[in-house]
Amino acid sequence: MRSQIEGSRAVAETVARCRPEVVCAYPISPQTHIVEALSVLVASGELAPCEFVNVESEFGAMSVAIGASAAGARAYTATASQGLLYMAEALYNASGLGLPIVMTVANRAIGAPINIWNDHSDSMSQRDSGWIQLYAETNQEAADLHVQAFRIAEELSLPVMVCMDGFVLTHAVEGIDVPSQEQVDAFLPPFGPQQVLDPDDPMTIGAMVGPDAFTEVRYLAHAKHLRALEVIPRVADEFATTFWRSSGGLVRPYGCLGADTVVVALGSVLGTVKDTVDELRAEGVSIGVLGLTTFRPFPYDAVRAALRGARRVVVLERALAAGMGGIVTADVCGSVPDKPITTVIAGLGGRPVTKKSLRGLLTDAVADRLEPLTFLDLKHDVVERELS
Amino acid sequence: MPEANSHHPYAITLDVGSSLANKTGSWRTERPVYLDRLPPCNDACPAGENVQEWVARAEEGDYEAAWRQIMVDNPFPAIMGRVCYRPCETACNRATLDEPVGINSIERFLGDEAISRGWSVVVEAPPTGKNVLVVGAGPSGLSAAYHLALRGHQVTVRDDSPEAGGMMRYGIPSYRLTRDVVDAEIQRIVEMGVRLELGTSVTDLGDALVDFDAVFLAVGAHVGRRADIPAGDSARIVDAVSMLAGLAKGEQPLLGRRVAVYGGGNTAMDVARTARRLGASDAIVVYRRTRERMPAHDIEVREALDEGVRMRWLSTIVYAGADRVRIEKMRLDESGFPQPTGEFEELDADSVVLALGQQADLALVRDLPGVEIADGVVQVDGRMMTGHAGLFAGGDMVPGERTVTVAVGHGKQAARNIDAWLRSATYEHPERPELATYDRLNTWYYADAPATLRPQLDVARRITSFDEVTQGLTAENALFEARRCMSCGNCLECDNCFGVCPDNAIIKLGPGQGYEIDLDFCKGCGLCAAECPSGAITMIRERS
Amino acid sequence: MPVQRIKFYQTGSFAVGNRLLDPDQRSVQADTERTNSLTMGHRACQGCGEALGARYVLDAVMRATGNHAVTVNATGCLEVFSTPFPESSWRVPWLHSLFGNAPAVATGVAAALKAKGRTDVRVVGQGGDGGTVDIGLGCLSGMFERNDDVLYVCYDNGGYMNTGVQRSGATPHGAVTTTTPAGNSFRQGKSLPLIAMAHRIPYVATATVADLRDLEYKATRAMEFHGARYLHVLVPCPLGWRTASSETIQIARLATETGSFPVFEAVDGEVTDVTRIRRLRPVEDYLRPQGRFAHLFGDTPRGDVISSIQAEADRNIRTFGLVETTEVS
Repeated sequence: MRSQIEGSRAVAETVARCRPEVVCAYPISPQTHIVEALSVLVASGELAPCEFVNVESEFGAMSVAIGASAAGARAYTATASQGLLYMAEALYNASGLGLPIVMTVANRAIGAPINIWNDHSDSMSQRDSGWIQLYAETNQEAADLHVQAFRIAEELSLPVMVCMDGFVLTHAVEGIDVPSQEQVDAFLPPFGPQQVLDPDDPMTIGAMVGPDAFTEVRYLAHAKHLRALEVIPRVADEFATTFWRSSGGLVRPYGCLGADTVVVALGSVLGTVKDTVDELRAEGVSIGVLGLTTFRPFPYDAVRAALRGARRVVVLERALAAGMGGIVTADVCGSVPDKPITTVIAGLGGRPVTKKSLRGLLTDAVADRLEPLTFLDLKHDVVERELS
Repeated sequence: MPEANSHHPYAITLDVGSSLANKTGSWRTERPVYLDRLPPCNDACPAGENVQEWVARAEEGDYEAAWRQIMVDNPFPAIMGRVCYRPCETACNRATLDEPVGINSIERFLGDEAISRGWSVVVEAPPTGKNVLVVGAGPSGLSAAYHLALRGHQVTVRDDSPEAGGMMRYGIPSYRLTRDVVDAEIQRIVEMGVRLELGTSVTDLGDALVDFDAVFLAVGAHVGRRADIPAGDSARIVDAVSMLAGLAKGEQPLLGRRVAVYGGGNTAMDVARTARRLGASDAIVVYRRTRERMPAHDIEVREALDEGVRMRWLSTIVYAGADRVRIEKMRLDESGFPQPTGEFEELDADSVVLALGQQADLALVRDLPGVEIADGVVQVDGRMMTGHAGLFAGGDMVPGERTVTVAVGHGKQAARNIDAWLRSATYEHPERPELATYDRLNTWYYADAPATLRPQLDVARRITSFDEVTQGLTAENALFEARRCMSCGNCLECDNCFGVCPDNAIIKLGPGQGYEIDLDFCKGCGLCAAECPSGAITMIRERS
Repeated sequence: MPVQRIKFYQTGSFAVGNRLLDPDQRSVQADTERTNSLTMGHRACQGCGEALGARYVLDAVMRATGNHAVTVNATGCLEVFSTPFPESSWRVPWLHSLFGNAPAVATGVAAALKAKGRTDVRVVGQGGDGGTVDIGLGCLSGMFERNDDVLYVCYDNGGYMNTGVQRSGATPHGAVTTTTPAGNSFRQGKSLPLIAMAHRIPYVATATVADLRDLEYKATRAMEFHGARYLHVLVPCPLGWRTASSETIQIARLATETGSFPVFEAVDGEVTDVTRIRRLRPVEDYLRPQGRFAHLFGDTPRGDVISSIQAEADRNIRTFGLVETTEVS
């Protein structure tokens, strides 16, 4: 049922309908509204059986989720920014152990300088953690992706991170169709763990692995991610069949076919990009958009297919790899190594990405006037002064 | 969920207990080995009792088994439990920790249990057809008879006394050893088929050696040593051995109210204490050296003092008169020998009892060819045999300490050798293992537990009757006392090795079976040996 | 029936087995059917106190729970020597995640079991002193404070032994480690039992591998409580303490007999029982056999340090009433 609801609230209600058995929470903006809402649902008994654990840190949160998942419970947590980094060690551990934990990352910049606003620095820093990373474009998709995330995670025995832009999505109130309990139950079967800590069937989980087997373990982890490239679109298709709307999948091309220029982006910025592109196309510019819903595993083939006809590619990124440039760019390059690609770093630390700025940027891009690495709306006077 | 188990993630998830494939025994440079060391109590027992073994049985509450274990070596548990001077307790390692285990009191408890429950010994060996004569029905002779009978020989014991027991009956006062106990334990031997011929003197061993296949001579030492004391005509000078024997036979010795006992041995104490019981108001022991040098056992001295016996150390009797004796004070010279001081003193004394030691009556053997006599005793070889083939001897008439326990040990030793000799064989004593000294033990594991004291009759009653002074332990106390045993040098199946091995490399074989080392996994850390309470494990180098 | 201490005065020895006791009163370790939670083939050093302690504790827990226990292990010696691929020495359900998160992982397991209605299955978290008093302290404190239904066991060998004997927050005063080459100057270090008690959790106890009966009693007793419980077990390390492999238990015993390591239990944050010292000895008896304290007795004897260690032991004796005549202050 569609209702006007805050993004965090929509996610919380959706997660609750996925019947997690253990939810652990440590407060950090802009994720807090999600777990606050879940704590209310647990306290009221609406979400039951479920243990809501108030942990002492994000490291603790992920560790509790690891324990819960290893004991066969569907486990969920949410975090952002510094919190994601604080649990980094445990992230690798969860994926290494193959525990299908689902976590919301309310994307936020990383300090110093401390900054609570949105960009993708946090989740991008964990792109190699072995987690599947899905990026929501809208709050509707954010909600929907969580339902799919549990399916994907449990089918693959891999943890899934659902990334939604902090404040821009988490705190935005809009009309969202929160999946109903019946729909979710029909779509998401109960958790059947691949292995579980069980006195009736004891096993040793988490062995120490040396040079003789570590490469194979890593190879198998990679193979699992490659399998995810098949599972994710299939789950998205099934979702569409059950819920009568399209969410998730690997990539989301928008007017790519025949476009000379394609803008690649992730997350909520896609809305503004699409609006801008619509205008440019109306003016006769041959330009399209490719939204990346799945960033890990990286959908090389899907990206290559979507960019097949493009003469130039612009990757719009909300994170920066200092000393290198665009993080997503490097991956897109891997898909289409022969195409000219420019990187645009935009929206860092919550700076708005406006249609006006984008329009100027894309106009330059189409005219091949763009530097290979461009910072949108950079205050040149400031940096030049500082650098002089 | 069930189908999931076949999909354990490679390498990260492992099967339980799969490390059994890793044989850590290859790390080892030393290995533990179980061994038995000789417990000091066993080592010290003149009767050769396997003390530790029977204490262990008692510890389990199986008193009959414990008693039977004593009976393997000693047919007189109830007597031992009263008169033995407890070399086992002197040697007991527990003394270093707190107090020695009350072995003697447990033995007495077991002996008394056997008597009250009527436990008996059945001869299982088939008759050998051999006849052995034992001369003397004292502890040594009866012990030999018992052990020979157990081995299937026909034994005849001859003694010129009207009743059997020797010094057990005619030497030791009844307040230390009640006669019903002596009777019961001798009766048990008789019931095994030993023939007792009492009131029968053996005068010619030559005949006996023809009539019997072997002879064991154990006539003891019943002749009181005399001292040449100048005495007045009316002085009453009595010999201690004769006096005690007479008393045992029902005579009432006339000692008077003030008795001087001359000598410092156990017999002197017996006499003084007996005198008190006979009504002497004053019993005074006169001894030429100091208390430390008294041959009497400390416990005897203590009990005598408790009962009001007085002691005059460093004194000799130089003259005995009708109602007094003159004593000369002595001093010990550098070598510890008493020297006269020329200082004299007089003591009131109605009689003087000489307790200066006993001698063996060797008339029987004096003229027998091959028999060697030296220092007033018959010389025997390692087999307890005299120089005359087939004639064995033991007890007080051969060299050695003159105690009931030593005599019983002689009897056993002689019986073993007579048995071998009758079979034209030689008895080989098993090799004695290394002694289980205190430093071999890990005493932490033994619960703190001081010894249980045996109740004693109060002094008032002691000096007015011949009732037994020292009472037995209750079953509960005996059990507690047995449980104080540390099982020195021998596995007590305490499971410590099984427990303390960090590598689970000890295999417990079950009750009575002990343990085995699993050398596939034992890394040779040595914890089992270090933590063995009883010192029954040692570490040996692995051969490379 | 609640677990009870056995009075050994009338029942023979403190040894592992005790044939004088009724079978149901005998120690878990005396039982040939014991779980052997940590079984043979593990790669612990010869005479490893931690291997011993872990088996003691978990076997007791398994008996107390009717084999319904699962284990979460922190990184460290215990984890490394027991689970190198392809061999595991564990015979109990066992999970290893990270160095510093075992208490939180255990909390997660407990939460899962509770949500699933499997309250019959009990959870044990365990780790070394580094994983417990240092890197894992945050998670452990959280677990305590929430009163999660977990027994957490610290096997304290006084240092980071797995990484080559570095100093931890539990390294005793004066001990040489590879990061305190002149001897640890940080005094007593953290007393995690007292920290645990400050959380007012239902049950806190200390024990050593030298007193199996006491250790088993405490592991068993701990399982009678629900909520957060903490058991701190002293486990000498021949490698790090530089002692002979055969001395592991003896050294632990000396730690208690000198007052260096107080053995007690506390319910709801208050000390309820203390294991009295049987034969009080000076700390020197405990220090001298250990190579890590050898510098105190070298060419320049450090009487000052020894006195200060003795003073710490005396304070333990006073504070906990470790000697019969001493009143608990």
